[in-house]
Amino acid sequence: MAKSTRRRQLETAALYPLDWVEERTGLVGGVKFFLFRRVPRDINWMQTLGSATLTAFLVQAITGVVLAMYYKPDPDKAYASIDYITNDVTLGWLVRGMHKWGASVFIILMFFHMARTFLFGAYKYPREINWVIGVLLLVMGMAEGFTGYLLPWDQTAYWATVVGINLNATAPFAGPFLAQFLQGGAAIGPDALSKFYSFHMLVIPGGIMALIGLHMYLVIRLGVTSPPWSKVEAGRARPEAEASGTREGLIPDPAQGEGH
Amino acid sequence: MSHDPDDNPHVPAPSLWPIGFAIGLACILVGLVVSWPAVVVGAVLAIAFGVLWIRDVARSHAPVETHAEEGLSPTGEPGAELGAAEGEHLETYGRAGFLTLATIGVGGVIGAGVTLPSLGFAVLPSFSGKAADPTTEVDLGPLENFPEGQYVIANFLEDPALGEVSRRTAYVRYNGLAQNGEPSFTTVFSRCVHLGCPVQPNGPTFEDKVVKYKDVTLTPVQPAGFGCPCHGGAYDTEGNRTAGPPVRSLDRYEFSIVNGNVVLGKLFSVGTVEGTGAGAKISRYRRAYPGVHVDGPEKWLYPIPVPGS
Repeated sequence: MAKSTRRRQLETAALYPLDWVEERTGLVGGVKFFLFRRVPRDINWMQTLGSATLTAFLVQAITGVVLAMYYKPDPDKAYASIDYITNDVTLGWLVRGMHKWGASVFIILMFFHMARTFLFGAYKYPREINWVIGVLLLVMGMAEGFTGYLLPWDQTAYWATVVGINLNATAPFAGPFLAQFLQGGAAIGPDALSKFYSFHMLVIPGGIMALIGLHMYLVIRLGVTSPPWSKVEAGRARPEAEASGTREGLIPDPAQGEGH
Repeated sequence: MSHDPDDNPHVPAPSLWPIGFAIGLACILVGLVVSWPAVVVGAVLAIAFGVLWIRDVARSHAPVETHAEEGLSPTGEPGAELGAAEGEHLETYGRAGFLTLATIGVGGVIGAGVTLPSLGFAVLPSFSGKAADPTTEVDLGPLENFPEGQYVIANFLEDPALGEVSRRTAYVRYNGLAQNGEPSFTTVFSRCVHLGCPVQPNGPTFEDKVVKYKDVTLTPVQPAGFGCPCHGGAYDTEGNRTAGPPVRSLDRYEFSIVNGNVVLGKLFSVGTVEGTGAGAKISRYRRAYPGVHVDGPEKWLYPIPVPGS
């Protein structure tokens, strides 16, 4: 049944802004490339654990930003500000609860995601680098947990951090230096709290976001793996990158000799 | 698809050289602490095996001599051969090369100028100034508040300017006069030398006999030894480890008598204590972090003490 002219006109008018943006940015094509990827036919729910982990991280990022509006990283005020967030600020109990419990969810999902990758053999060629990036993300996630635990500045937080820093100090050679850097001197003091706060909300999340970007780039480039029992070929057809071919133009190819 | 990358993974050939290289590196690191000749041996090993490794890798990636140009032609740029011919007339280090290096160089200098001060500011304050050399002198009050042979729990602020975060606990026992006629104290710091939890006196406290002096609280206690609630470290009343994960005896405070008052000074670490009370022989070391060895060969693994000790 052919659409009426009027209806087609309306549709064109409604979609015009999208065309306008696409013509100037190519963003629509980019989003299509990003979202509408070919995946193996027999993919299963286990392969959504990565997206679930990403979602958990986004929840931590958003709730963390909001909590930072009310939290005060000062030894005299930190606990009081947590108390204020939990008991006085409207919906503070909810957002703090999401951040606190979401932290555990994030770590647990990372482990499930890692287990899926390991058991499906999805860490093998050509995805080794993505496994390494994933391990770095796990380490940085743990560092988020360690630095965030101090911030409530109660007895649990303080003594857990004492033990955590002293654990670091037992590492050979670098240990004592690391401990002294973390506690900002001879013992945990005011500098330690603001240092942990800075690491918790600026340094480590920045690193995590950068690594997630790389992680996603490689997932999109290399495609999603089939389950091990699959008979279907995995991934999209990749550009044929010779091991030494595509570096031409970035650095001289030694095989071509000098002056190329 | 005949060139599907899944069909022919690019993995390096098996090689023993990296293992020799790793042994060389380990030898250097151990040698840095233990002895300089070991560093030399390690360096020789690392360089030799490193060169062998690089040679092997280079060999396996060597270009196929005669087919290199023709092999590239189906995918290579049509101008590739033209470029190679022109290469003979081009300067090897021309204006473009100079400008490239200059841009990278100036960018590097600007980058370093911004990055290095920030990095230094992030790291160095922990290792210099007051943070690295804290002054700790705590007045616990007059000598009469310490009955002979009785442990008291001294609870005090190490640095009142820092507030509650500097609250510390020491177990202090007056041992009477030592052989030289000076008063003798056993001043055990409450932090477990496993990982720093507060150790508890395994015995009754006498809350009715609490003495207060300024910010200091002195609570008499009858310890049967000290125990750590975190991981089960146990010590006798001299601070010697009797069970659990700790690797040395409990740390102690230096003490002095100033105008008849007991004053605690710096903390130090203790290997072992032989004997008890005034006649005890204490093997004393600069204060190490909890969990860190102060004697035996393991002490070489920990190059710096806790600052201010």
